[in-house]
Amino acid sequence: MLPRVLSLGVRRGPLTRRPGTLRGGFSLDWEEKLSEIKKKIQSVLPGTSLHPLYDSSHLPPDHSDVVIVGGGVLGLSVAYWLKKLEKQRGALRVLVVERDLTYSQASSALSLGGIHQQFSLPENIHLSLFSASFLRNINEHLAVVDAPPLDLQFNPLGYLWLASEKDAAAMENNVKVQRQEGAKVCLMSPDQLRNKFPWINTEGVALASYGMEDEGWFDPWCLLQGLRRKVQSMGVLFCQGEVTRFVSSSDRMLTKNQKEVKLKRIYEVHVKMDNSVEYQPVECALVINAAGAWSAQIAALAGIGKGPPDTLQGTKLPVEPRKRYVYVWHCPQGPGLESPLVADTSGTYFRREGLGSNYLGGRSPTEEEEPDPENLEVDHDFFQDKVWPHLAQRVPAFETLKVQNAWAGYYDYNTFDQNGVVGPHPLVVNMFFATGFSGHGRQQAPGVGRAVAEMILEGRFQTINLDSFLFSRFYLGEKIQEDNII
Amino acid sequence: MAAPWRSLRLVAPIGNRSTRGIHQLGGAVDPESSQKKRRTMLQYLSDHFYDVEFLRGYFLQNKMDKVHQKNRSFAHLEETHGPNNAGAFFILKQGGAVKFRDKEWIRPDKYGHFSQEFWNFSEVPVEAVDASDCAINYEGLENLHLLKELQSLSLQRCPHMDDWCLSRLYPLADSLQELSLAGCPRISERGLACLHHLQNLRRLDISNLPSVSNPGLTQILVEEMLPNCKVVGVNLAEGLKLGPEEQPQDTDRPIPA
Repeated sequence: MLPRVLSLGVRRGPLTRRPGTLRGGFSLDWEEKLSEIKKKIQSVLPGTSLHPLYDSSHLPPDHSDVVIVGGGVLGLSVAYWLKKLEKQRGALRVLVVERDLTYSQASSALSLGGIHQQFSLPENIHLSLFSASFLRNINEHLAVVDAPPLDLQFNPLGYLWLASEKDAAAMENNVKVQRQEGAKVCLMSPDQLRNKFPWINTEGVALASYGMEDEGWFDPWCLLQGLRRKVQSMGVLFCQGEVTRFVSSSDRMLTKNQKEVKLKRIYEVHVKMDNSVEYQPVECALVINAAGAWSAQIAALAGIGKGPPDTLQGTKLPVEPRKRYVYVWHCPQGPGLESPLVADTSGTYFRREGLGSNYLGGRSPTEEEEPDPENLEVDHDFFQDKVWPHLAQRVPAFETLKVQNAWAGYYDYNTFDQNGVVGPHPLVVNMFFATGFSGHGRQQAPGVGRAVAEMILEGRFQTINLDSFLFSRFYLGEKIQEDNII
Repeated sequence: MAAPWRSLRLVAPIGNRSTRGIHQLGGAVDPESSQKKRRTMLQYLSDHFYDVEFLRGYFLQNKMDKVHQKNRSFAHLEETHGPNNAGAFFILKQGGAVKFRDKEWIRPDKYGHFSQEFWNFSEVPVEAVDASDCAINYEGLENLHLLKELQSLSLQRCPHMDDWCLSRLYPLADSLQELSLAGCPRISERGLACLHHLQNLRRLDISNLPSVSNPGLTQILVEEMLPNCKVVGVNLAEGLKLGPEEQPQDTDRPIPA
């Protein structure tokens, strides 16, 4: 009897009145109201942006010194080096805007993960060497107190490039340049190849170059997460949103020949939130375009390319997304544990994955076969018709294989000369590029990040000279062609 | 975005922090929980004070700098004393032991002192190096390349040897016959794959490698890779299920399973 009376008293019977119902209005939950009041008072306290009328903690801040558009490995690398090389602790406020924090379409996460120094341009070789030493000491560079050390799962087996008769002379030249710059590459004849890797069919191969050190493949997702963790611990702000507008001010100046030049300076970036029309105008001093396959859209927003063709104003950023497929197959009699990443004369490449006779590989399609970059659907016929015949010809064991899985990713392909764009734009004065690397961006990301940070903080490239990668080469027509692209 | 607010307090927490810390310090009762509390205490301090975080980072950096100092380049000694003596000096400074051809092992004692007579050897090659428990890393291995006729190398329990380092062993391929990597915590099967350059290897010890995911399968693949080499160290039956003749007999069942 007593418990029933007590329970009657505890339960809100019809005679007890709830708070807030004095005027007969709707009844509010007291807990929720209290937490809302707390949030409002919190937002008024110093240290947060002052928005007394609504909660803005999900929006990016009102002001930021540097806004990095694109949170992939290149954008995070620039953020890391900016914070690392700044003169005073906390001198720069950096904001990274990333449209998709799950990285479902990011080129960095979907890539094969290889790193090699076998390029024809000395700058590319330097960038790769720098990045290799960064990755080797990654637990010193990206160390966060109390966080577990990063395991990149690096596989140091090297790259093996095969060359036919007509490419052999070029390959020899390239290897000479690579050795001069400090890469450890050795040349092999077909006999030596057969001795070392008995599973290769050396028909049609005149020369091969094999990287001995600092080359291999690693887990790009781990690098991405490690950079993100470190960069967040250094105080860089992250925001999920899409950049929809740049507001800029312009200055008219006269050149020596009395021609008028309009110099633009972006002072506000509009960041739109996901699934809503809400946007936040972020006042900024510098904008870095590291948007990968979508860099051209960001550049167009800033007005780059709007003008008569063949002028500096009318030169667009020639970076476009190109779809590339990666296939995973199982072949029990395939090459052994020591097989490197083999890049064939036909453009096909493959590497071993793990202990279980699984292999990853693919092929870059020719210009005519380019797939439509509208979506990331995989074309399995491409493997049947274009990849498998070359694989089976080079490695006879691959005649019996079974495809387990496949995926597609984008290259931020530079249609001009397949090399990256780094540095400021001549007319939009405060937009810096770090994009267009056409498939070798992730392996050069630490070097490029450092170069952009040095350009911003010092005004010139210090560690690696990337003057030939500036935007102005598109207008001047100076191509720096890179041969060893897969 | 602003840091996540752990607990919404109406009063700004700036004034309260240090007093809370002192209170927590005095609160430990029994030693085990105080040990746990102290570790999380350090983490708590690191999260809330920039100075503590910076100090911890500084000590970590100091530790790493010490390892780098140990692995500095000894190439300058090569001109004056010859490559073998320079390489031997590097190993002895690290705490390892060196054996020249036809001579006895030179080992540093517990104070780090070692006999200096090897400086007088001229052109005597180093045959064997025992660098167990040394802090040798990727940069230090460059000093090891000076020893062109090394036959036996023991890198047991080296804490800084990892996959990158193993890819640097290929210059010793002509002479190296014995290699021991037992107990190195950072070596995985990916690094073991690049030992295929060492075709003269006759004995390879890969026991106790905690980072190797499938020791049995790795041993088989390494044996395939190096046909002339005897690979020891892994018990191939480990992790396998027992066959029917080894299973304990169940006498209650009339029909065997």
